[in-house]
Amino acid sequence: MNIAKRKFDVLVIGAGGGGLRSSLQLAQADAKVAVVSKVFPTRSHTVAAQGGMNAALANVSPDNWHWHMFDTVKGSDYLGDQDAIEYMCRAASHLVYELEHQGVPFSRLENGKIYQRPFGGQSQNFGGEQAARTCAAADRTGHAILHSLYQQNIRAKTHFFDEFFAIDLIRAEDGMILGALVLEIETGEPLIIEAKTTLLATGGVGQLFRTNTNARINTGDGLGMALRAGIPLEDMEFFQFHPTGIAGRGMLITEGARGEGGFLVNKDGERFMERYAPHAKDLASRDVVSRAISTEVRDGRGCGPNADHVMLKVDHLGTEVLAKRLPGITSMVKTFLGIDPAEQSIPVFPTAHYTMGGIPTNKVGQVVVPIEQGEETVQGLYAVGECACVSVHGANRLGGNSLLDIVVFGRAAGNHIIDFLKENRYHRPLVEDGIDMAMARLARWDKKGQGESVANIKSELQATMEEYCGVFRTQDVLDKGLEKVMEIERRMDDVRLQDHSKIFNTARIEALELENLVDLAVATVASAAKRHESRGAHSRMDYPDRDDARWLKHSLYYKKDNRIEYKPVRLKAITVDTFPPKERVY
Amino acid sequence: MLFKIQRYNPETDKKPYMQEFHLDDVTPGMMLRDALIKIKEHDETLSFRHSCGEGVCGSDAININGTNGLGCLTSLSDLKEPIEVRPVPGMPIIRDLVVDMTQFFHHYRAVKPYLTVHDPMPEVELAQTPEERDKLDGLYECILCGCCTTACPSFWWNPDKFRGPAALLQAYRFLADSRDQATDERLQELDGPYRMFRCHTIMNCANVCPKELNPARAIHHIKQLMLKEMV
Repeated sequence: MNIAKRKFDVLVIGAGGGGLRSSLQLAQADAKVAVVSKVFPTRSHTVAAQGGMNAALANVSPDNWHWHMFDTVKGSDYLGDQDAIEYMCRAASHLVYELEHQGVPFSRLENGKIYQRPFGGQSQNFGGEQAARTCAAADRTGHAILHSLYQQNIRAKTHFFDEFFAIDLIRAEDGMILGALVLEIETGEPLIIEAKTTLLATGGVGQLFRTNTNARINTGDGLGMALRAGIPLEDMEFFQFHPTGIAGRGMLITEGARGEGGFLVNKDGERFMERYAPHAKDLASRDVVSRAISTEVRDGRGCGPNADHVMLKVDHLGTEVLAKRLPGITSMVKTFLGIDPAEQSIPVFPTAHYTMGGIPTNKVGQVVVPIEQGEETVQGLYAVGECACVSVHGANRLGGNSLLDIVVFGRAAGNHIIDFLKENRYHRPLVEDGIDMAMARLARWDKKGQGESVANIKSELQATMEEYCGVFRTQDVLDKGLEKVMEIERRMDDVRLQDHSKIFNTARIEALELENLVDLAVATVASAAKRHESRGAHSRMDYPDRDDARWLKHSLYYKKDNRIEYKPVRLKAITVDTFPPKERVY
Repeated sequence: MLFKIQRYNPETDKKPYMQEFHLDDVTPGMMLRDALIKIKEHDETLSFRHSCGEGVCGSDAININGTNGLGCLTSLSDLKEPIEVRPVPGMPIIRDLVVDMTQFFHHYRAVKPYLTVHDPMPEVELAQTPEERDKLDGLYECILCGCCTTACPSFWWNPDKFRGPAALLQAYRFLADSRDQATDERLQELDGPYRMFRCHTIMNCANVCPKELNPARAIHHIKQLMLKEMV
């Protein structure tokens, strides 16, 4: 079959903050870079990030990158790799200034500097007083950053393939990645994009769960592609539940609401976080706050007719703070709940939010896989952002560290690729086998006849994940969950599309996305069932304690036979002393 | 609840037509986007763009009972039945509710929507007072959904020449930024009879903006800046 081909130095898949920060670095260095995105770039989910981005600018409270590093290591429940965390926290201030120079309309302090607000898990002096480290553009920081990065890419003349869906990576026999097969959504035509390097920046997989803060597009497409290319996924059992999604609906209410002085109350009006985190209270780490809310509700202290949520109180902040610092969530609450947060509290409940796990990489974004001794890089493949696992977030990500993650490692990967291109001037020849496998994935959906529907399988999968792989987990429940998602995986063979048209066929795209979701559900539950301890977001009622002797290690899940291996946590930082694991209290 | 949705598949249809759908399971608080998703569960051939579901990604601009808006921010309880849903007007239709936005983004890129600073950058942030930053409120929040531009008669008549309200709002977002140093170039680019001056203050843009922004006012400010330059 004659498939159209395009050739670039670099193929970036995904146009959120991670992809666009990489492509900007590359385009500015005169590399030929193509960005493929299944939606127009400013629709990517970075746009929905609200609260801000951490960097120890010390504009509001005394601060330095080393304190930020400590908080991040502690927040990760010591599962984060300390070299990568040091790298990120050291780079943070520079990256914020750079974004500001690129046009991001950060909120300002009276002295003209960037406004910073307190966020969860932040401290001064290694666990002391609360720090104010989160640089914010009101509560629309992700929108401000994504639009500015897209705008700078326009200036740098990056090539964009808007509304193209990535089907699969194309692999040489020796495992080198040669580009990808993509589908133009508007025409339904496949296209091969050859590249000397390919970078995955496809985001997380919040659509695994029925109630989530994520966009419809967050289906983990890059994670699915990596799995099918034989690459394992790291730490998939660690999925963050954000403490404050709008109850029953899922829309995110930023942690910044608590950073600005809001707090949680139960049905008795009690400020219950004081019991769970006497020092940090409502600004404890997200895993801690989510467990506290779930416990309050489980123990009968939930609010509402079904006692199934708690209330987030911000009405005491005054209309000026709400208008100035939290305008986005104020208008969202009015639209979706019909209440004014200046007068009434907001019903909230922990909601699936962020994929800590992902494609294993080193601190310059190269994808790494284990070999007999240590690990080796996958030639020609990089990953950054939520789809990657560097790992800077370990078992629990701190609020404000994901916008940081995407720009720090987006830029680092861009720089590393620039060096790689100097040494590797020519494209490797394409391999027909690799193309055929990717085309087969597409052709599978041409099968006609009656069968199960994509929508039914998807909603069943999401409900299963919510019930069997939520905030609190036990072996029984996880084992049942694994059986159920594997049963769903088997049923995928019987799914049929009724719409076989070519032009802008969104049903076909949703089917391809569902395949990714199913693979990732199995990866998540299988990894969770194997980890017999509680760490960060992975909370086991049957193993309530962290067990560093046996479990201070990363999981690696392989699609083939659902095999799980482990690799050590990199405790050694780049220049500073290791923060040794200790008890985690807030 | 009764919906009439404009359908068009170029592979099988000669021209667009309206199709009726009934939804029985409408729950309180349901948005139009939720309804479209439910309808698609029954008829997967219905195509429309959508993503975040909370009005920040800008994917799901559609024409609802004659007025442009976002499906995700439009409550079903606020709509008169039958609910008529069409693609936004003035753009080539690709399929069903999906339009070709090429022209819209062409105009956006043409206003050079990026901060331009000629001086060497400091090693820290460029200073900006809170008052200077306040001038960007009402401008930077644009989500590029296209509701305004596709509601603008001036854009319908001259889609190739008139930049349209969304692009002009972005032009002003950088003119209003105390850090930007390309004022002259920006104003020059907008001069002439079409690019900006086709705006006749019809105000459809401000009326339909789902983010409650006011492109017409931004255009007015640009005109004032031009006058000031001339004096």
